[in-house]
Amino acid sequence: MRWINVRPSSGMRLTLAVAPFLIVLGAYVAGSAARLADNANDKLLPGLSSFVDAINRMAVVPDGRTGQILLWADTAASLTRLFSGIGIAVAIALVVGMLIGMLPTMRALLAPFVAAISMVPPLALLPILFIVMGLGEGSKIALIAIGVTPIMIRDLALTATTLPREQIIKAETLGGSSWQIALRVVLPQILPRMIDTLRLQIGPAWLFLIAAEAISSEAGLGYRIFLVRRYLAMDVIFPYVLWITLLAVATDYILNRLRIAIFPWSELEKNT
Amino acid sequence: MSGIIVEKVWKEYGDQIVLEDISIEIEDRAFVALVGPSGCGKTTFLRMLLGQEQATRGTILLDGVPLPKEPGPDRGVVFQRYSVFPHLTVLGNVLIGKEMTAARYSGRLFGAARRAAIEEARALIAEVGLSHALDKYPAQLSGGMQQRLALAQALIMKPKVLLLDEPFGALDPGIRAEIHTLMKRLWHENPMTVVMVTHDMREAFTLATRVVAFERLRDRPEEKLRYGATISRDIPIWPPRRAGEPSLIRPDRDGPVQKGQ
Ligand SMILES: Nc1ncnc2c1ncn2[C@@H]1O[C@H](COP(=O)(O)OP(=O)(O)OP(=O)(O)O)[C@@H](O)[C@H]1O
Ligand SMILES: [Mg+2]
Repeated sequence: MRWINVRPSSGMRLTLAVAPFLIVLGAYVAGSAARLADNANDKLLPGLSSFVDAINRMAVVPDGRTGQILLWADTAASLTRLFSGIGIAVAIALVVGMLIGMLPTMRALLAPFVAAISMVPPLALLPILFIVMGLGEGSKIALIAIGVTPIMIRDLALTATTLPREQIIKAETLGGSSWQIALRVVLPQILPRMIDTLRLQIGPAWLFLIAAEAISSEAGLGYRIFLVRRYLAMDVIFPYVLWITLLAVATDYILNRLRIAIFPWSELEKNT
Repeated sequence: MSGIIVEKVWKEYGDQIVLEDISIEIEDRAFVALVGPSGCGKTTFLRMLLGQEQATRGTILLDGVPLPKEPGPDRGVVFQRYSVFPHLTVLGNVLIGKEMTAARYSGRLFGAARRAAIEEARALIAEVGLSHALDKYPAQLSGGMQQRLALAQALIMKPKVLLLDEPFGALDPGIRAEIHTLMKRLWHENPMTVVMVTHDMREAFTLATRVVAFERLRDRPEEKLRYGATISRDIPIWPPRRAGEPSLIRPDRDGPVQKGQ
């Protein structure tokens, strides 16, 4: 049988999916054991027991100074910033994306501008944001919003313009005004795509968040990682990175489930 | 009344003349089948009737008034594909016309008004034989069912003119015969004029009251750009078919179709 037609059974699929994770874990454990055997005080690849220690310190026992459990406080601070930034981005992207996608006049006015803006490297704007908006929450949220909005706008505008022309014509013959067509025909059809775009932008959003937190913050997952970096505290950094990854993966999964639950037709369309 | 008068219409895209000097009077309640070779401008002509494209020269009158420059609720349309909204159920697809007409800002109906609209939509859905699929999405329907749905969706607006662009071209012959019967019944029962583009001569002659052929009279390669297609034949069907009236000669074939047939 040709390779392109070989499909793994469901048990096989699970095994294959888990394998890379186990391999990486195995490689780490082996590497860590080798280094620790050389030098018991090695900080670079701490053993699993030091992780348990660190996780206990960060996620279970309240911090001596603030009385807070650090991991949860950091997570709450980071997620608040992340979702505020993403929320602003989504709102702007939906409105501007639909304007560009639906109205030729708005497309002429805004499309080149958005295309140019999306080429500005957001991290280069970070100093400007800190100078203009101060070191508080505002500048961090702004960075995330600025970082992901232009691409989302362009993606949604593209989705709106690629809706079959027939559908828009049809909606006109059904008595729809521009506003009604936006509301009843275009918006519902780009929302599933918006969720997908959002999933793709979760990664960049985290990048901008951590960059902003690394420079100035009092709490946050990125802040913590860069703080403990000074003490080479790999036993804290690794679990934090893992935790951030887990959060991102969970967000991605939940968003996809959400799309299927709210827009069941979008899944049907994919399969046709 | 919903007669269409097309007077000396030309359509050019840049240098290319697609249609030249088209003049035709389509009487109220006619069923016109447009035939012609591929690329001769049938779709272009239909788009002009729809208001999606403007004639380069000439005028098109509907009920004696020049056509508006954009599509509107008085002219319904069914395309070969993409005629129904993938994000709405069968019921939602038929309902949306009512909703957008009635609710200017929200585009939705609530309470008693919604129930009344649903009632009307259900009746129409039953008419096209989709009652069993009320809550299905288009992706869950066969091609024939999607086109039936598109018909119901257009008809709820009670259009004066129904424009069809190869609506049944992608269906297999068995399904097509079935939908022809439906189409004939809908034409008899609804006060509308129908213009249908088709490649299927048999379909044209089974359904229409009049078959109009578009053709390029000069079609040598060097003439392609400079000369467009025009009406080359205009064949009335005999014995005449009249909307809503049983045919004297072949009532079974040409008369209004009985429900359930
Ligand atoms: N938007 C456009 N811009 C430029 N040329 C166009 C445009 N639309 C159609 N044409 C040209 O007009 C001619 C007629 O096209 P049209 O789609 O009306 O043909 P048709 O009779 O419907 O063909 P078919 O039977 O294959 O559907 C073609 O030569 C096509 O290239
Ligand atoms: Mg065509």
